[in-house]
Amino acid sequence: MAGAKEIRTQIKSIQNTQKITKAMEMVAASKMRRAQDRMRATRPYAAKMRTVVAHMGKAHPEYRHPFLIEREARRVGLIVVSTDRGLCGGLNINLFKAAMQAMAEWQSQGLEIDLSVIGTKAKSFFGRFGGNVVCESAHLGDAPGIETLIGSVKVMLDAYDEGRIDRLYIANNEFVNTMTQSPQVEQLLPVVGDESDEQLKHHWDYIYEPDAKEVMDQLLMRYIESLVYQGVVENIACEMAARMVAMKAASDNAGELISGLQLVYNKARQAAITQELSEIVAGAAAV
Amino acid sequence: MAMTIHVDIVSAEEEIFSGTANMVFAPAEMGEVGIAPRHTPLLTRLKPGEVRVQVEGKEEQFFYVSGGMLEVQPHVVTVLADTAVRARDLDEAAALKAKEHAERAMKDRKSEFDFAKAKVELAEAMAQLRTIKKLREKTGV
Repeated sequence: MAGAKEIRTQIKSIQNTQKITKAMEMVAASKMRRAQDRMRATRPYAAKMRTVVAHMGKAHPEYRHPFLIEREARRVGLIVVSTDRGLCGGLNINLFKAAMQAMAEWQSQGLEIDLSVIGTKAKSFFGRFGGNVVCESAHLGDAPGIETLIGSVKVMLDAYDEGRIDRLYIANNEFVNTMTQSPQVEQLLPVVGDESDEQLKHHWDYIYEPDAKEVMDQLLMRYIESLVYQGVVENIACEMAARMVAMKAASDNAGELISGLQLVYNKARQAAITQELSEIVAGAAAV
Repeated sequence: MAMTIHVDIVSAEEEIFSGTANMVFAPAEMGEVGIAPRHTPLLTRLKPGEVRVQVEGKEEQFFYVSGGMLEVQPHVVTVLADTAVRARDLDEAAALKAKEHAERAMKDRKSEFDFAKAKVELAEAMAQLRTIKKLREKTGV
């Protein structure tokens, strides 16, 4: 029964793996629900910001903020939002592929690229393949506060202010549904206003306190921060969903392997019994 | 009917309050302001302090904000609250830290992005994923 014993240990070890993947699946499922809630909770702020920025665009103040002015690009900034941990299927790989495509396009236009990476996966990816990484932050956890991102965003905004970069993009995964996450690269700066709706056509302006410049500075900075924050939170929801699906697939696979091995084991055991019986019978006949 | 104004208080992380009120008080940078319905459009920064909302037909409600922005339209007041304590030098410190991390890591790697190498590796990973998927389909789940 030597073969049977080996098979049995193999089954045991696969069962243990299955236990782990099942647990991870369940953890990811419950984390996903919370991440989705957080994702939803960040939306009102960004939506309100967008309205205020849109109002501001229509209000014709005497001061035009540099964040709103399109200028010729020589160097672009890209914020890449990745996950901190693996085991989430092709999520990061697809994102890097999308980011790389965008980068290749910019490079063919003669633009240089500054990178800001968020999450350990992006850190190690660009660590391996190079790229001018100007700032990085990792280990954000499952529920990052906005203060963990202030540094990274500020580096890029300062670079934009000082004219070191002329455009700013963000690459993150978009949460479509539990089964589908799609990578996207979006422009943050200069702010692309949506030319929509509204009855505020006539000429008007806010009262600014203390003055237009300072108020706008802060407002636009918060706006970009909130967009990046939203990207990060959405990416976490994607991570959890992708991990849940990947772990479910792994558990299913383990189940198949186990049933396959079980069959082989049973056959081996049956063969051993038959052999033993025939030996006994043969022995009895000989006596 | 008494005149009311719609109030939204939101922070980057969540929605804090939404409803109609008779009057709103907020700690603007130039001093506390009271906003009644049909106030002229106003955009101002907020100091740390409390925002008081006289909710229609109910008691006054208080919310602490550690700074942020206040936008006033004739019928809508929006408070964009900061959750984190923000100060110029704190922000600066955070930015420096992020930069430092990158610089330390940059020391032992080249700044030219190696497209070819990255592409190969990504293609490999994609192929692996595809194969796994195919295998799964073949085993007929």
